[in-house]
Amino acid sequence: MIHSLFLINAAGDIFLEKHWKSVVSRSVCDYFFEAQERASEAENVLPVIPTPHHYLLSVYRHKIFFVAVIQSEVPPLFVIEFLHRVVDTFQDYFGVCSEVMIKDNVVVVYEVLEEMLDNGFPLATESNILKELIKPPTILRTVVNTITGSTNVGDQLPTGQLSVVPWRRTGVKYTNNEAYFDVIEEIDAIIDKSGSTITAEIQGVIDACVKLTGMPDLTLSFMNPRLLDDVSFHPCVRFKRWESERILSFIPPDGNFRLLSYHVSAQNLVAIPVYVKHNISFRDSSSLGRFEITVGPKQTMGKTVEGVIVTSQMPKGVLNMTLTPSQGTHVFDPVTKLLSWDVGKINPQKLPSLKGSMSLQAGTSKPDENPTINLQFKIQQLAISGLKVNRLDMYGEKYKPFKGIKYMTKAGKFQVRT
Amino acid sequence: TLQRCLPLPTLRGEWQSGLVGSRCPGKVSPTGWISVLHFTVNEDLKQMLESSKDSAKLDAMKRIVGMIAKGKNASELFPAVVKNVASKNIEIKKLVYVYLMRYAEEQQDLALLSISTFQRALKDPNQLIRASALRVLSSIRVPIIVPIMMLAIKEASSDLSPYVRKNAAHAIQKLYSLDPEQKEMLIEVIEKLLRDRSTLVAGSVVMAFEEVCPDRIDLIHKNYRKLCNLLIDVEEWGQVVIIHMLTRYARTQFVSPWKDLFHENNFYESDEEQKEKDQKVKDTYSMDPDHRLLLRNTKPLLQSRNAAVVMAVSQLYWHLAPKSEASVVSKSLVRLLRSNREVQYIVLQNIATMSIQRKDMFEPHLKSFYVRSTDPTMIKTLKLEILTNLANEANISTLLREFQTYVKSQDKQFAAATIQAIGRCATNITEVTDTCLNGLVCLLSNRDEIVVAESVVVIKKLLQTQPAHHGEIIKHMAKLLDNITVPVARASILWLIGEYCERVPKIAPDVLRKTAKSFTDEDDLVKLQILNLGAKLYLTNSKQTKLLTQYVLNLGKYDQSYDIRDRTRFIRQLIVPNEKSGALSKYAKKIFLAQKPAPLLESPFKGRDHFQLGTLSHTLNSQATGYLELSDWPEVAPDPSVRNVEIAESAKEWTGILGKPKKEKPTEKFYSESEEEEDESAGTNSSGRYLESILHLHCLENCIFRTDLCLNKIEKVTKKSRAVYKIRKSEAKVYVTTQVSVPAKTHELLHRMSGKGLAAHYHFSRQPGIFGDHMVSVQVTVTNTTDHKIENIHIKEKKLPPGMRMHEFSPIECLEPAGSITVSVGIDFCDSTQIASFQLCTKDDCFSVSIQPPVGELLLPVTMSEKDFKKEQAFIPRLCLNILSVPNPRLL
Repeated sequence: MIHSLFLINAAGDIFLEKHWKSVVSRSVCDYFFEAQERASEAENVLPVIPTPHHYLLSVYRHKIFFVAVIQSEVPPLFVIEFLHRVVDTFQDYFGVCSEVMIKDNVVVVYEVLEEMLDNGFPLATESNILKELIKPPTILRTVVNTITGSTNVGDQLPTGQLSVVPWRRTGVKYTNNEAYFDVIEEIDAIIDKSGSTITAEIQGVIDACVKLTGMPDLTLSFMNPRLLDDVSFHPCVRFKRWESERILSFIPPDGNFRLLSYHVSAQNLVAIPVYVKHNISFRDSSSLGRFEITVGPKQTMGKTVEGVIVTSQMPKGVLNMTLTPSQGTHVFDPVTKLLSWDVGKINPQKLPSLKGSMSLQAGTSKPDENPTINLQFKIQQLAISGLKVNRLDMYGEKYKPFKGIKYMTKAGKFQVRT
Repeated sequence: TLQRCLPLPTLRGEWQSGLVGSRCPGKVSPTGWISVLHFTVNEDLKQMLESSKDSAKLDAMKRIVGMIAKGKNASELFPAVVKNVASKNIEIKKLVYVYLMRYAEEQQDLALLSISTFQRALKDPNQLIRASALRVLSSIRVPIIVPIMMLAIKEASSDLSPYVRKNAAHAIQKLYSLDPEQKEMLIEVIEKLLRDRSTLVAGSVVMAFEEVCPDRIDLIHKNYRKLCNLLIDVEEWGQVVIIHMLTRYARTQFVSPWKDLFHENNFYESDEEQKEKDQKVKDTYSMDPDHRLLLRNTKPLLQSRNAAVVMAVSQLYWHLAPKSEASVVSKSLVRLLRSNREVQYIVLQNIATMSIQRKDMFEPHLKSFYVRSTDPTMIKTLKLEILTNLANEANISTLLREFQTYVKSQDKQFAAATIQAIGRCATNITEVTDTCLNGLVCLLSNRDEIVVAESVVVIKKLLQTQPAHHGEIIKHMAKLLDNITVPVARASILWLIGEYCERVPKIAPDVLRKTAKSFTDEDDLVKLQILNLGAKLYLTNSKQTKLLTQYVLNLGKYDQSYDIRDRTRFIRQLIVPNEKSGALSKYAKKIFLAQKPAPLLESPFKGRDHFQLGTLSHTLNSQATGYLELSDWPEVAPDPSVRNVEIAESAKEWTGILGKPKKEKPTEKFYSESEEEEDESAGTNSSGRYLESILHLHCLENCIFRTDLCLNKIEKVTKKSRAVYKIRKSEAKVYVTTQVSVPAKTHELLHRMSGKGLAAHYHFSRQPGIFGDHMVSVQVTVTNTTDHKIENIHIKEKKLPPGMRMHEFSPIECLEPAGSITVSVGIDFCDSTQIASFQLCTKDDCFSVSIQPPVGELLLPVTMSEKDFKKEQAFIPRLCLNILSVPNPRLL
């Protein structure tokens, strides 16, 4: 399926290549460079590019293009999903996935890639298994290896590969047994000029960090499972029990993983926690425009809105902006025309605002559209959909684990049209 | 970018080779440069590889792998590296493997040195080593070793470790691509591996099947049900491959579930007849249970975290499910839109194709396709495409409001696409045509040229559909001609004026005058339209425009483009009468001013549905190499019994072994008959059943039945002959044996997880029913795994099929923590394998549980003398007699 993989950085250099079948010349990437040139931005490079003898499927993450070379028909999502899994694995192994990191750990990267695919077909993609085959580099292990001459490579087949729970490694031991669950909800919304909601929906995930000894069997139940409109699970979740009882029952992987993602549909009324008052105007005659925005809390259930960042892509005609924020800091990049204002916390008594003027290029006419405002924010200890975890039980092991649940609401793609 | 241009390396090469002093004049190639450049470096790597210390070797190997990763040539180190293939250090070994897979093809002779090491490793007790040896051996693309590979694959395919078998499946594809002549032998291995029951192997072998022999659908029959049932436990990548294969399979084996949509209304038939016909169609179609099985078993996978799996199931439902069921996938597809941009891109393309045929599937999710200013352009245009497909009378006003925002977007390419979309809505929904047209006319005064140009093009198309009362708009557009520079827009305006020149008689000649002036500077596209305009005016208003047209035609005659010259010659012959012009010029007016059909504005995704959804070909809208066409549904379903094999075939195997083949009716018929019988005999004395078993058990000389298969057969016979025995039951004297070996096999009734700590198991004791003749005795063991007492355990709410009865145990007052207790329950299963469902309750909770007797457990062992046995045997009707002998397990 997947013939070869090329990693290309922002400057257009191929800094890593890996072939699973016979070698494909790197000149095949020239077609990719062509496409890259045609698309003005990296984001606009098409994920599927046909060439006379091959097909190039790519994903763009962490400023790196991961380009897979395919020779014949294959479900494109298969390859794309796999490439994303590769990036996730690198991130898991090295903490960050960057060109420098990959170059520094090129041998581990190569060994991992070797295990992930055989003849272009995925072999081991669970990070729990990969980590048993090839141990991630740590400072301690590097030191130990140099002294004792031991290696990073496991010589036994990870038992997970064969068991019914391939995602969990065996022989897990902890002195402190703990299981943390983060319920994180993101609000995607489009708010129109007048402040009314055009569309709003909630996308939630439950991320878990489970460090439990042995083979624990967990169940997690909700107070109000009916809220969840559409869900997708980590393979460890027993689907039948969810269907019949709306309970999440699973033997967790070891470490960090995403247990569940869910969707609360647009049909339910979504509480919008913030509002934006804006007054942005350009005048035809003068080369100055007015700019004024105020951010305030709306339906926050008594919680503080923090981590607020306002960004806006200003029209090309704007040369510079002279602004004064009532709090926080702001930056305007005259090249990319991106305005970004780091607001911080919203104090309901004293609403943060950003006021000032814009200078426009002389001679150009006024832009026909006002810029869209993108909002980021965080609210701790609140799941905006009202989802509540009822209880978490553990079976199969004797000890008493420490359990923790955290809720958080964030802005997803939150846009205000002006 | 410096790296990519040639001159520099060559220069550097010259410099380098000059330094080393081994330069052949005029023979410096880039590759020569590389090997020379690495000459010194490689020398010390070679030394390190030959050192006795593992750490030095490892260091060297790591550096070499680094070189390979960067795409540098390290092939000349081959002899030094290959020596280390048998290294004890596993990391060195692995890195050598990496090196071998990369360079073995180039250095075939040297690569052969390593083969014996792999052959030895193939026999290693460690499965990981066996598997990786097979992996590397099969990845060395050296044709000479094909027979060795073939042998290794054959052996590995019957390895005890499923992991090794999985690798064998991968190796099949590698060998096939190296030597396609091995196809037949490989198919044999595939056939064998397809029978494998391990979830680990399933995905890989189906992949091999798809690559090597996708047309051998017959290999799938026997494994179809198994694959369906294993599917949920297969790893996600395997799921995708299997689902795609099963989609193709199902399209060849089942009849279309869409029939009811196809028939057309017959005008002459009365409603009554029509209804009857409908009814008939509905009656005649019933879905094959195997077809249903596939749909049912794939549905939970819509909840997968893997986008490829979700897409695979969606396309399966799209291509296989009845129309009413296909819509279950839309929610999951919409969920994927939250994912990365690449996933969004593919999913949106597929939704675009679906939404043309099935608006209703995605209408409820309309708002999920609203465009955000931060979306990349390709995502924006796809969303727009879908919004346009979904437009109808009900939602058009909301959509148009949304489109208004998009038109003002800073992304002008997207704004232009929006205008196209508005045009399409306007033609498709007649109610809003005027509104749209007015909106577009307003856009003509937009500042951005691309927006104006696009509007002109779309207005042109719209006007063509209803030109009658739009003289004003045409005038307005004629005025625009002075300012617009985009060729397509200019050409569109000129065409409009020419086409409707009689509506704007004063303006048209003036436009021609102006454009004649600028003719030489215009784009080819515009020139053609100027010629067109001239011709049309010459025909309708020759008095004013004769000279102008001739001037334009003269310009065209000497144009650089042969297209223009050609068109000029053509038009001149047609419109200017001279002695040479033939009969055609009489019809010139009819030719030029004929009523032209309005262009159809339709989705660019219209034609894509002939590709299977979710494929690369669909994404590219052109057939990719290796694309396998999805066949049309067969008119008549091929024999469904080919998939039945599992029981029938194993039974055949058995009879084969036993050496006494006998006539057997098809299994299915067996079942239906016995079910009928059940109705009559439900509740009657079932000692006949016991008797029956006696005979056979005796025939086996009191051996213990271990195989369910045999029991299964006996039971079938039991059912057949029960009627006969009913008559004779009074005479039969049966001594029930109490001493009998009971298989220790227990079945789970309630898992401790679902029972909040209360676990329950049951097994069939094969004891005479203590609650009466009809009752089969079931031993239920209840265990308390919690740390507190469980009180009052009892049975409630029995849900039994008609005829079945159940004798429950008396409530257990209290069960201590970690305590367990065994109780007896009697159930009359009426000789069937129907499920007995009931609730197991404690003081606080109730849990639904069920008992289903496995085939062959509805037996009672009895002892009788050989004489009695022979006597009873004589009464068994010929047809039902079934003689088997089973080896005594004690002798095995």
